Amino acid sequence: MSNFFNKSDLTRQDADKIVSETLNNCDDGELYLEESKSESILLDDNKIKNSNYSSDLGFGFRAISNEVVAYSYSNEISKDSLKNSSENLKSTLKSIKGTYNHEIPKSNKKFYEDINPIEQKTLDSKLEVLNKVNDFLRKKDGSVKQVTASFAGEQKSIEIIRSGGEALTDVRPLIRFNVSVMLEKNGRKETGVYGIGGRQSYDDYLKNDNWKNVCEEAFRIASVNLESKPAPAGEMKVVLGPGWPAILIHEAIGHGLEGDFNRKKTSAFHDLMGEKVASEGVTIVDDGTIDNRRGSLTIDDEGTPTERTVLIENGILKNFMQDRHNARLMNTRSTGSGRRENYRHIVLPRMRNTMMLSGNQTQDEMIKSVDKGIFAVSFGGGQVDITSGKFVFNCTEAYEINNGKIGSPIKGATLIGDGPSILKEVSMVGNDMMLDPGIGTCGKAGQGVPVGVAQPSILIDKMTVGGTKL
Amino acid sequence: MVKDQEFLKSKASYCLDLAKKMGATDASVTVGHSISETVNFRNKSLEASDRSDGLALSIETYLGKRRSSISSSNLLDENIKTLVEKCFETTKITPEDEFNSLPDKNLLAKQISSLNLYDETRFENDKKIKYLKDLEESASSNNQIINTESSFTENKSNFILANSDGFCDGYKTSSFAASCVAVAKDENSMERDYEFSSKRHLSDIKQATDLGNKAAKQTIRKLSPKKIGSEKINIIFDKRISKGMLSVFASAISASAIARGTSFLRDKIDQQVFADSINVIDKPDIIKGMGSQNFDSEGVNSNTLQLIENGILKNYLVDTYNGKKLNLKSNGRSGGTTNLYFEKGNISYQDLIKKDSRSLYITETIGHGSNIVTGDYSVGATGFLVEDGEFKYPVNEITIAGNFKDMFKNIILANDLEFEYSVNSPTMMIEGMTVAGK
Repeated sequence: MSNFFNKSDLTRQDADKIVSETLNNCDDGELYLEESKSESILLDDNKIKNSNYSSDLGFGFRAISNEVVAYSYSNEISKDSLKNSSENLKSTLKSIKGTYNHEIPKSNKKFYEDINPIEQKTLDSKLEVLNKVNDFLRKKDGSVKQVTASFAGEQKSIEIIRSGGEALTDVRPLIRFNVSVMLEKNGRKETGVYGIGGRQSYDDYLKNDNWKNVCEEAFRIASVNLESKPAPAGEMKVVLGPGWPAILIHEAIGHGLEGDFNRKKTSAFHDLMGEKVASEGVTIVDDGTIDNRRGSLTIDDEGTPTERTVLIENGILKNFMQDRHNARLMNTRSTGSGRRENYRHIVLPRMRNTMMLSGNQTQDEMIKSVDKGIFAVSFGGGQVDITSGKFVFNCTEAYEINNGKIGSPIKGATLIGDGPSILKEVSMVGNDMMLDPGIGTCGKAGQGVPVGVAQPSILIDKMTVGGTKL
Repeated sequence: MVKDQEFLKSKASYCLDLAKKMGATDASVTVGHSISETVNFRNKSLEASDRSDGLALSIETYLGKRRSSISSSNLLDENIKTLVEKCFETTKITPEDEFNSLPDKNLLAKQISSLNLYDETRFENDKKIKYLKDLEESASSNNQIINTESSFTENKSNFILANSDGFCDGYKTSSFAASCVAVAKDENSMERDYEFSSKRHLSDIKQATDLGNKAAKQTIRKLSPKKIGSEKINIIFDKRISKGMLSVFASAISASAIARGTSFLRDKIDQQVFADSINVIDKPDIIKGMGSQNFDSEGVNSNTLQLIENGILKNYLVDTYNGKKLNLKSNGRSGGTTNLYFEKGNISYQDLIKKDSRSLYITETIGHGSNIVTGDYSVGATGFLVEDGEFKYPVNEITIAGNFKDMFKNIILANDLEFEYSVNSPTMMIEGMTVAGK
């Protein structure tokens, strides 16, 4: 745990005093202190290309009155700097008065350990694994022309100081291991990427030569793509595999259910609470409480313990995801979804681990039921237009389905759909829910935060596939 | 006030001296300071204010051909000492890489000419508030607009780049940016669109009312969109999308993608990659240019580069490390392009729109559908169906797809180039792309 008050002339008593005095006449707000240490080590083109270590320290001071949020941050933790920020906040909110809400729920549960993954393993041993990855893949097959492998590790310590002196702390480890391989055969080049990660030590992920599985998977995806044909264009049935393809849920539904867009009525879902927005059998939750997952948090960035929030239950819209600010303005409670990339950014309601729960059909049944369509196994990134509800994501591994059978692999194509109606097109929900491997980063308003997704196989009756073959 | 050159220089030389003392054979350091203030409005009232004040330090130490780097925001001397120590310790155990080195001394920038990139004008928050009030007043004057969100950001930055070969220089830059996102609603749909203006100097920012009106107009015209069928069709890319084609092109000719062999434009120097009417230029010395620079992120002098001449690829974007790999000299593009643009074409916007009896005009794309390795392109899109030069109706929930290798050869550019951003393109038509819809 970082001690933020031995770094300069700022004592805890000073901080408490400035915070209480600044937030006295506000509805909410806090001082957020953060210290992060991170490393990234990259092997590329047969060499260790880069080893980077960075440390970051700073605070963000927030004051909220009515609908107005004033924010000021600095990476200098000192009495002067905090006072300057305080003055800046007061000048924005000078004419608006509020009543501070001291209430914040408490919990003793923790979803990851207080560890520093960077220090737990020597740099040498990490370099050794990366070199092994490179050798393994290059020896595996003559078609391997490029290998990129990387480790990224982080420890972030935060402390939230609220008016009245209440302090909440959290220490968050996060690691990521990634392999990308490019193959070349008969003049054609294709890439395959696979990675794993979570709020854990590197050892937990890399024991028993686990890195080999990551290499095999990246190689397999690239090999499949070497044989791929142009993708079809037009509306058709789509079977999604389990796990990572749940970024469809994240883009199509998740963002539209974030509190801020619904308070502002700019989300296509804002007037659909209690309505049927998905087929029967579709239940979607956003869960921050799964042990060691990339999207899990013991407390969110406002200090609220996270929870498992039911968003859609059996097709009916039940809850939005809320931070304290939007919850207050919408007369509801925070769901522990207030997150920020770091102290430089304001808190927004964000997803954690977004999951569609299992039904009782099999992937086989789904494929057999499709005359003409595609089977999408893995995706790159996705994006959504919250207001129109239209969303896209890009296949990185997909196959044609013809007459109930899986056919040739197809080239990366974008799938596009309509968020509020897509889940009504779900006609089968599989019994094979799977978590993603721990690689997701969600972007919103210029802030990236780690997230997770999960889903079983699903059959969507109608979606537009953006290939080139008419 | 943004920290002055003297302060940044003292921190930079402190780092370099420490690294040398510890035994580093070479070192380079960047120290920067940036202050930015943003005011946000929503539906004609103040929503948020945000002030940021940030120092940043990054250090690279060398031991022969070994190199590692470290970065931090904490500039206290004691912390810097710990960082340099840690950085050099890491350097010692990082494997050698024959291509690691500081840039060639004779390529370093020598004379810094003023590009007028800094405007010291302070635009107080009260003035930002006034600007945003006017902006939102005009944006919401039509009652189909149900929500407006706008912001004004003022930024002042300063930096010093120094290395152990004696390079030590930097300069102040400023930027001012105003933006407006509007949401419109009718009985069939809800749509969002935007407009923004970003400049080095305050006086060049668009008028608040113009910006608001434009955002509203662009949003309202998207209402009640239709989905069209799947077909081959000629596509016209609005300027804000066509410049994205240049960004894809730039990443495909970066020396790192070329050296790694992961670009569809590898080994294409002196070959035809665009239609022969196309010229692409990267010009670092545009006065007040959003992408202008005196030198690149390694201190290397950057001159104007003709990247595409009559459709033929003439240059990659080369930095020191990847240049050594490819046996090329750095052309001052570590950190990428500067002010990148297509030279204007010779057909007017009106004539381009009328060129076909039926075409699709794209104003927005979503998704990350550009594959630099294969050149495959597939993204979600919204826009308008154009018939005989007229916008007939808005279109959405479609995708457009093709391969850059073919698309680049089928580009026709209008003559409406303007220098608004760091990447600029005229309106563009690409023939024979695939649209997937119904």
